[in-house]
Amino acid sequence: MNKHLLSIHDVSAPDIVRVLDTAESFREVGTRIIKKVPALRGRTVVNLFYENSTRTRISFELAAKRLSADVINFTTSGTSVSKGESLKDTALTLQAMGADAIVIRHSSSGSPLTLTRWVRGSVLNAGDGTHEHPTQALLDLYTMRDRLGRIEGLRVAIVGDVMHSRVARSLSFALAKMGAETTLVGPPTLIPPDATAWGVQVSHDLESVLPKLDVCYLLRVQKERQRQQYFPSVREYARLFGLTRERVTMLPESALVMHPGPMNRGVEIDSDVADLPRSVIEEQVTNGIAVRMSLLYLLLAGSAPEGGVTDA
Amino acid sequence: MPEVMPARLRFRAARVVDPASGRDEVADVVVQDGVVMPADSGPRETVLECDGLVLAPGLVDLHAHLRQPGREDKETVESGCRAAALGGYTAVAPMANTDPVADNASVIHEIRELGRAANLCDVFPVGAITRGLEGADMAEIGEMVEAGVRVFSDDGRCVPTARVLRNALTYARIFDGVVIAEHCEEASLAEGGQMHEGLISASLGLAGQPRETEEVVVARDISMARLSGGRLHLCHLSAPRSVEMVRSAKAEGLRVTAEVTPHHLVFSDEDLATYDTNVKVNPPLRATEDRAALRAGLEDGTIDAIATDHAPHAVEEKEAEFDQAPFGTIGLETALAAVLTYLVEPGTLTVSRAIEAMSTAPARILGAGAHGGPIEPGRPANLVVFDPAAEGIVEPPFASKSRNSAFLGRRLRGRVVHTVCRGSLVVADGKAQR
Repeated sequence: MNKHLLSIHDVSAPDIVRVLDTAESFREVGTRIIKKVPALRGRTVVNLFYENSTRTRISFELAAKRLSADVINFTTSGTSVSKGESLKDTALTLQAMGADAIVIRHSSSGSPLTLTRWVRGSVLNAGDGTHEHPTQALLDLYTMRDRLGRIEGLRVAIVGDVMHSRVARSLSFALAKMGAETTLVGPPTLIPPDATAWGVQVSHDLESVLPKLDVCYLLRVQKERQRQQYFPSVREYARLFGLTRERVTMLPESALVMHPGPMNRGVEIDSDVADLPRSVIEEQVTNGIAVRMSLLYLLLAGSAPEGGVTDA
Repeated sequence: MPEVMPARLRFRAARVVDPASGRDEVADVVVQDGVVMPADSGPRETVLECDGLVLAPGLVDLHAHLRQPGREDKETVESGCRAAALGGYTAVAPMANTDPVADNASVIHEIRELGRAANLCDVFPVGAITRGLEGADMAEIGEMVEAGVRVFSDDGRCVPTARVLRNALTYARIFDGVVIAEHCEEASLAEGGQMHEGLISASLGLAGQPRETEEVVVARDISMARLSGGRLHLCHLSAPRSVEMVRSAKAEGLRVTAEVTPHHLVFSDEDLATYDTNVKVNPPLRATEDRAALRAGLEDGTIDAIATDHAPHAVEEKEAEFDQAPFGTIGLETALAAVLTYLVEPGTLTVSRAIEAMSTAPARILGAGAHGGPIEPGRPANLVVFDPAAEGIVEPPFASKSRNSAFLGRRLRGRVVHTVCRGSLVVADGKAQR
């Protein structure tokens, strides 16, 4: 494993298998009465969140706490520029306080990589702008493997605003790495023109894709994209690309419906569809804790405590 | 102020490259009283050995941002001129997007006076086309022409409407040789764009600016040049179809010239993979095939000039998140070496064509008659002497007050040894004398 997890490009296919296998053993911890193991006792994990994302922060916080790490939450809305303290100064402060790992969520693409220039600990990308959200992709792979027994050869559609989705990027890269067949589905305004270079296919016709899927992965539709003229109305988006009650029946019996949350019920997914047994959206959340435990463990447990040893 | 300047300088056995006269030969060049003299021997001269060095007309930069007045923390006319002189420039045209904007004669006079006081190179301030760079009301072009301005530009911004540009091009025909220089960028396509739109921007999750952002304005502007009969210069071209449009406009006989920056000739969008804000520039670095078209356009003369678009920014501004950081790289101190390393050494350009693009052609566009050669007796002595073989790594300190160089850490070949401005040795042995 690399020292940091900034992008899916930082992990190889064998690394991904190792992350998922390790998560498997950590999932059991979440079912105990005492949900805690001492793996990271004495280590400090900082959640540095420049964007409000309660669910991702809580998931990371629980993951770190279940590994007995000390967790500091540093949450601020808005950019460092509007806040007045630069990312660099915040990073240097956290470095001075001895953070072993920094989990960063930021609205600017690339800021986790920028952060690595100023800190010695591991950096985990918890979502950067419209770039990547690698831990989400890994928990999604975990959920697919858990439910369907494999990842290689799975036929997955990622439906929605791929252009602005960090989840779609990380998941596309990860699925390609693991040998799945991915199709990006959405209006052409929301699919990057060169996306096929990611090793995926592109379609603008959801109904033609559905019957061939093992997983239908829906992305959250940001209503502001309508104001930016990417599509005419939320209603029309739902008409063309929403997973409605009618459309969900076009999926094969065993196919899963997934969503990274938070959902817009009635837009990308009908409310009834979200509550079907084949919708594994809550399992994704549960698995997220185990996968993040696995990542923190693999990134930190192998290294000596801060100040001990060398830069990797 | 007493000057310890020798009265007579002899640059001995230099390779004299002078595109204006077509000379490329080993010769002595003698300078006295501000002008080039016949090379016959004279009394009490200081001899500067130039064996293996190239002597050329001093470089002329059509496009620099010297930030004064307004952002003296980033650059001043003096620090910018020192950077220019160290880079081999004897003339620099600072853009009008200062604070206050150079849209009237008094700001123009101030900038020129600061240049005179620095006494390191000649400063030719660019005037704004529209008041406050707001793209609406025409600035008092005539008043600025009287103050010596030849090039007008709203650079940093594009003239937003065809009508305003048409009127500026048409109105400026009153004055001989006045040039309207455009920063070609269609605002609605550019909005939010952080880099070239393509596979790399998609993968990095950065909003892209397609080539068409520039192309639609180049097409519009060439149409307005045709309609008005005015004199148009297109700044920092980045896209192949822009080059193609300039090529056909020239073939048609329109009065159109164009420039390209060293960084667009050297880098591509692949260099943004690490979110390095020092290569965040506008227009953005495009794909490698675009770069090839720019090099070809420069080689065949479609693109007349290489201009630095020297854009100093404060360290803390560039150390920000990528989408928060301003656009621009400094360039005055590295332009010549970049061109020598990436264009002359691989054989894309001859030394003579490189000097033509960095000196002779921009001097002509700028109307800077004392610059750009020819290097002949009686002509003002604005010269550069450089060592084409000397290598160095680009690193601070810079003479510029900023250090946001796209070339940081790069090994470049080519070092300015001497710069002569109006006969005086402002840079000697690579050191600024003022």
